[in-house]
Parts: sequence; C-alpha cells; structure tokens
Amino acid sequence: MTLQALFTTDLSQDYFAFFNLKPQFNIDLSHLETRFREIQSAAHPDRFVTARAPERLASMQVATFANTAYQTLKQPDTRALYLLSLHNIEAVTETNTAMPADFLMQQMEWRETIEDATLSKDIAKLDDLLITMRDEANTLIHTIANMIDEKHNVAGAVDDVRKLVFMQKVSADIHRTIAQLEDA
Amino acid sequence: MALLQISEPGMSAAPHQHKLAIGIDLGTTNSLVATVQSGLSRVLNDSQGHALLPSVVHFNDAGEVEVGFAAVKRQHLDPYNTISSVKRFMGRSLQDVDTANAAYRFVNATGESQQNQLVKFKTRHGELSPIEISAEILKALKARALKALGIENDPESLVGAVITVPAYFDDAQRQATKDAATLAGLNVLRLLNEPTAAAVAYGLDHASEGTFVIYDLGGGTFDISILKLSKGVFEVLATNGDSALGGDDFDHRIFCWVLETAKLTPRNAQDTRLLLSKSREAKEWLTEHDEAVISCLLSDGEFVNLTLTSEHLVTLTQNLIQKTLNPTRKAMRDAGLSITDIQGVVMVGGATRMPQVRQAVADYFKQTPLTNLDPDKVVALGAAIQANTLAGNKSDNDVLLLDVIPLSLGLETYGGLAEKVIHRNSTLPIARAQEFTTYKDGQTAMSIHVVQGERELVSDCRSLARFELRGIPAMAAGAARILVTFTVDADGLLSVSARETKSQIEANIVVKPSYGLTEDEITQMLKASFTSAEADKKARMLAEARVDASGLIEAIQNAMQVDGQLLSAEDLSLIKRHIDALTSLMLGDNADDIRNATEALNHATEAFAAKRMDVSVQRALSGQDIHSLNLS
Repeated sequence: MTLQALFTTDLSQDYFAFFNLKPQFNIDLSHLETRFREIQSAAHPDRFVTARAPERLASMQVATFANTAYQTLKQPDTRALYLLSLHNIEAVTETNTAMPADFLMQQMEWRETIEDATLSKDIAKLDDLLITMRDEANTLIHTIANMIDEKHNVAGAVDDVRKLVFMQKVSADIHRTIAQLEDA
Repeated sequence: MALLQISEPGMSAAPHQHKLAIGIDLGTTNSLVATVQSGLSRVLNDSQGHALLPSVVHFNDAGEVEVGFAAVKRQHLDPYNTISSVKRFMGRSLQDVDTANAAYRFVNATGESQQNQLVKFKTRHGELSPIEISAEILKALKARALKALGIENDPESLVGAVITVPAYFDDAQRQATKDAATLAGLNVLRLLNEPTAAAVAYGLDHASEGTFVIYDLGGGTFDISILKLSKGVFEVLATNGDSALGGDDFDHRIFCWVLETAKLTPRNAQDTRLLLSKSREAKEWLTEHDEAVISCLLSDGEFVNLTLTSEHLVTLTQNLIQKTLNPTRKAMRDAGLSITDIQGVVMVGGATRMPQVRQAVADYFKQTPLTNLDPDKVVALGAAIQANTLAGNKSDNDVLLLDVIPLSLGLETYGGLAEKVIHRNSTLPIARAQEFTTYKDGQTAMSIHVVQGERELVSDCRSLARFELRGIPAMAAGAARILVTFTVDADGLLSVSARETKSQIEANIVVKPSYGLTEDEITQMLKASFTSAEADKKARMLAEARVDASGLIEAIQNAMQVDGQLLSAEDLSLIKRHIDALTSLMLGDNADDIRNATEALNHATEAFAAKRMDVSVQRALSGQDIHSLNLS
C-alpha cells in the first residue's frame, strides 16, 4: 500500500464499503476473503517495521480495522447484526430477550438433548445435534437473505436474526460440552 | 537532493544493499540463529561447526559467563550456578514455580507483593532473573551471527532480529522475551510464533497451498497451530497448546522410572542432574534403537545399571502423548475443520523425532506427518526468512503472516466476573473497545483489572494488570460512560487505555505484567473452562443475582432518604424487613433464593415508586429547577 493510500483509507466507512461490497446480507465470501488478503498484504504492520512512527501507527489502524471488518462480515450472524445496526436496529439487547413460543419449545428440546447426551457421554449424539442445528441455521439464513435482499424489509428480519444469534450460542455450548467430554 | 531520497517503507533508498537480519529460535533445550544469504535461509554454525547452542548458562568462579556446550559440562558439577531450561521460568512468579523439585536456589519472596515477585536465581554472580539469563543466550547467538556475517567490527549494520516464542505464550512471557532481547542489545523486528515460523520455512520450501497443521513439541512447550496458506498469505486459523509440556517431561518420566527400578532414595542436585541427562540420552538413543543402557556412578558410590526398551518407553510416556492430542482436537474445533480438510501435518521440535509421537499424530490425522525438514532447525529457518522480509529486503516469495492471540483477554466487572473483550484466536493486530458504567451514585473513580484466560470468574484467570481511572465527574449510577480499549499488536503484546466519554478523562497504560502463568493456571484456563463450565455458570448466576440485589437495595435506600416521608410507618417497616431478608440471603450461595427475595422487595416497593413518580412530576411542573432534584 502506498503511504498515500494508507493515510487516506477511510476508517469511518461501513465494513461493506471498505471491502467494495453491496450492503446486503448475501455477499460473495470469496471476494471478501481475496479483498481482505489484498488489504492486509499492503497495510499490515509487518510491511512497516522499519518505517517511522506515524506510518507504523497508520498501518496498525488500517490493519486493525480490516481484521474487525473481516471477522464481522465473515460469519452470517455477526454480518446480520451489523447490517441491522446500519439501519439503526439493535436486534439483541440485554433487556429484550423475548422469543416466539415455538422457538422456545425447540430450544428447550435442544437443551434436553444436550443434557441427556452429556450424562450418557454420547459425543456422536452431540455431533448429530450440531448438524441438525446447522441445517436449521441454513434455513434461517435463507429466510433472512430473502427478507433483507429480496423484499428489502430489514426490520422484518429481526426475529430470525435473533434466533440465528441464539443458535450460534447454543452451538458454542455444544462445542464446549464435547471438549469437556473428550478431556474426561 | 535529500527530498529525492524519500522512499516507501520497505523499499531501501539504496535498493541493492542487502540489509542484514537474523532469526533466533530461543528454545528451552537448544537455541539457534539463522539468516538469509543469497536468497537461501541457513542456520549459522559456531566455530566448531555446531548448529545447536544448548540453552544452558554457567556462571563460573572466574566471574565469566559460559553458554552452550561449555556450560553443559558444568551442569552436574556445579548445578546451582548452571541454569538450563530457563525458558520455563520466563514471566513466571515464585508462586508459579515448583521450587521444591527444581535443582536451583531461588531468591525468597519478601514483602507484601510476594505473589507478584518474579522468579530469581541465586548464583555466585548474584541474584539473576530468567530475563537476564536468557539475555546471555541471546548475546552468544548474536556474537555468533556477527562473526558468521563478518560484521564483528560493525554490529550496527545488523538491522534486527525476529525471535520466536511458543504460540501459547501469554502476555507476560512474551514481554519477558522481548525484554531479554533488549538486554542483549538486539533490535526486535518481531516476536514470531514458533509454529508460524515453521510454516514459513516449510511453505516456502514446498510452495504449498492449503490448510496445514503444525505439531510442535519442543523441549518445554507444546503448540498446535492450524494455518491456511494461500497466495503469499499465511493465516493462522486456530492455536492451542500446553506451555509446560515438552521433551523434558519425557526425560523426567524415564528419570522417575530409574529411581523406582533401582530403588534409589531421593538424590542431591548433582545426582539428579546426572540421572536426568542419562535419561535424555536414553530417550534419544531409543529413537533409532530397541534398547538403551543407563549406567552411571552416583556421588555416594552407588552404581546404576539398567536397560530400558523402546516398548517400555512407549508405556511410560503414553499419557504425555495423549496430553498433546486434547489441545489438537480443540484447535481443530476452533478452526471449524475436520481431519479431511488437512493437507499436511508438519512436525517441529526435537521431541517429534520419537517414533511413538509420529505414530500418534499419524493415527489421529490419518496421514503420514511431514518430517523432511530438520525439526530442530525449521523454526530458526522460518524466523530468518521473516526477519529478512521485515528488514525490508524484497524477495519473490514474500509472505504475510496473520497470527492470532492464544488466550482471551478480559476485564473484571462487578461481582468478580470476567468480561471478555478479545476472544482467543482473534487475528492480530486487534483493538476492541468496551463501554463500562459506574455502579454507584457519585462514583468518581474506577479501577480497571485486566485478566487473561477463558474462565468466567476473575479469580480463575491470570491477572495481568490493574490501573485506576480517577476524576470521573460525579454522576448518577449508570450515567458515566467509560470506554476501555484493548490493543494487541502483531507481537501479541497488549496495551490498554480507558476514557470517560463525557469528560474525556483518559488513563493509558502499557501492560507490563509482573508475572506469567503457572502450568496449572494456563492449562486450567482452557481446560477448566470446559470441565467446569457448569460450575462457572452457577457462580456467574450467583454473582449476577447478588449484583442485582445490592443494586436494588441501594436504589431503594437512596429513594427512602430523599422521599421517605411518602411512606407510612407500616410500609417503611415492611420494606426494611424485605431488605434485611434479602441482605441475609445474599450472604448465602443460593442464586434462586436471592432472585426471589429481590423480586419480592421490588414488588413491595412498587407503590412507593409510583408515589415518587407522581411527586417528582409535580415538582417539575411547579417550576423547580430540575437540576436541584436529587435523581436517584
């Protein structure tokens, strides 16, 4: 990256614009990855080790921004939350955790499955649940994409985004439980 | 003319001049130095042709410091003044170290801060820290490099060094390594994770693309890293490990077997050293032979003569090998990969020469691990390549390394909970800001406690630093906004700043931790975060219930002070009884009871709250200055 480019990189722009992507839910992940690697190849602090302090600082800022932006857009749940926040919608807040009744039921079933599998040390069962949940998540992702990108109804996607975020948390719990069983 | 010489960073003003830089593998057992010459990375040998420099330092009675083979010879004759495996003590406090079983004399901790006191060795050259002892090793390597490069008379022409550290080193251990380099007069271009360095050496050698696992079992540390290599960018996807597991532990198992089999009583420091080096020799011999003879004469005239078979060695060390597979599984899971996604497994570290280690790795990944680069040299070779690039020498196979932070960073919040701010395996450099608020009305100071680890309770994580933010303008609880920013640079080193966003009061610190992690702590940090996730959750719920309860009590007490006259004596005593009940339950550890009592107290004060609301609306309407109201 030329010094000019390094110092003029706009770090107030949104993450989509930063990677030359349209601000929508479905994005070209391989474009994202290629662009991320191009930016880091040019801006990373390793390229400026022997440079002067202002350049090292600018490099640090651009590289840090690129890492945060990339991580946010890479995962569908954080990407959806970010996209909603660009529309001033805070989808997950500490006070508002209400979920539709049918989703709560399903969630309880998952929790029960996790508990049973943990007690019987059944890792295969947990792996199966992860696959089931991944399929469910993919369906949600499809619905969210349709709502935001096709119907242009961002607010209409809020419930599904919250479900997706929640499922991500449950999956993380399952991964933790599997690790725990493997260690024992 | 000076203006015409402005050049891009990384581009020399005199492009044909090759800048000299070195890569150093500062190992637990052995250290190496390498450099890139004529486009090829090569290890620099000493004048006798040795590539490896044993990481052993002897402080002799002539006031001189001997490093390497000369020091090894003194090891069992002068154990207290000959320090080996000093890397295990880097960034550690006395509390962290098993002082009883180490054959050294340590400086006793004194004063109040004994918990935080770094390990120091008593030697005939005085009290020395691991940083100072590591610096001696680095000085020896630097001298070797200056000589090999023919710049003994011009040491300034050495631009700097890349020094490798285990990927799993925490902030304290990294900082200690950097301090040692500074002490040795080396300009550190970058601290580089050992497995990443190995990947560079390996990847460049083979022009590989794809996802690779680096299995690095060194003398004292185990690291596992998963990297994606593509188009000149090496991205670390996940890393895990055990910062106190290595080849030394295999020696120790053999040593224990010898004591047991030969029915030996506990030994003095000399004999311990002698038996440990015999154990190491046996281990190395068994890599290519079926039987090893361990024979030596001990200081009390007792003669030891035993035969160890390679088969029995496998039995003795089976669970050590197993200990490497758990972090391996975790790293695979963190990276979201399955075994079929892995193109190759690169073996690094002298301990991976053992056939049983190679077999275990082959069995797990269902493929033969790659062992064609010398496992002792591959880290130094990679470090040299990276040093060459960082110093500003352009080459066709320049790579960019995107490394990650091995352990999560967090802050202590009310109730002894750790709030994670940067999660492990985040790509570096990274900065994360988190907003915190005051808990009490009129609170003007806030102490910030930075911790590292995966557990939910602060007491289960490694404490890195504490600092205080003063002069917060007095505001109602929850009104002040404190923005705390964590920055972790490409070396994996942390700095923290905090700012009150309304008054712009700022506090900055560079985290210079007073100690590193114990073996127990560091393994527990990851492992126990899994094994006791359930206990954590309970503790968290309890802590949260207590915070909620005390918050409500404080709010009500404030309100009663201001508007107590709105309450009848009867209501007042009812509320007080609820508060007393809740206060006594808060001393216990039943989260549900505390929740219920909090709910009951909240319910009991509903009417009071409604009356207060009415009154405050009336006050506002009657033209009172709103700022004079005591809003609680």
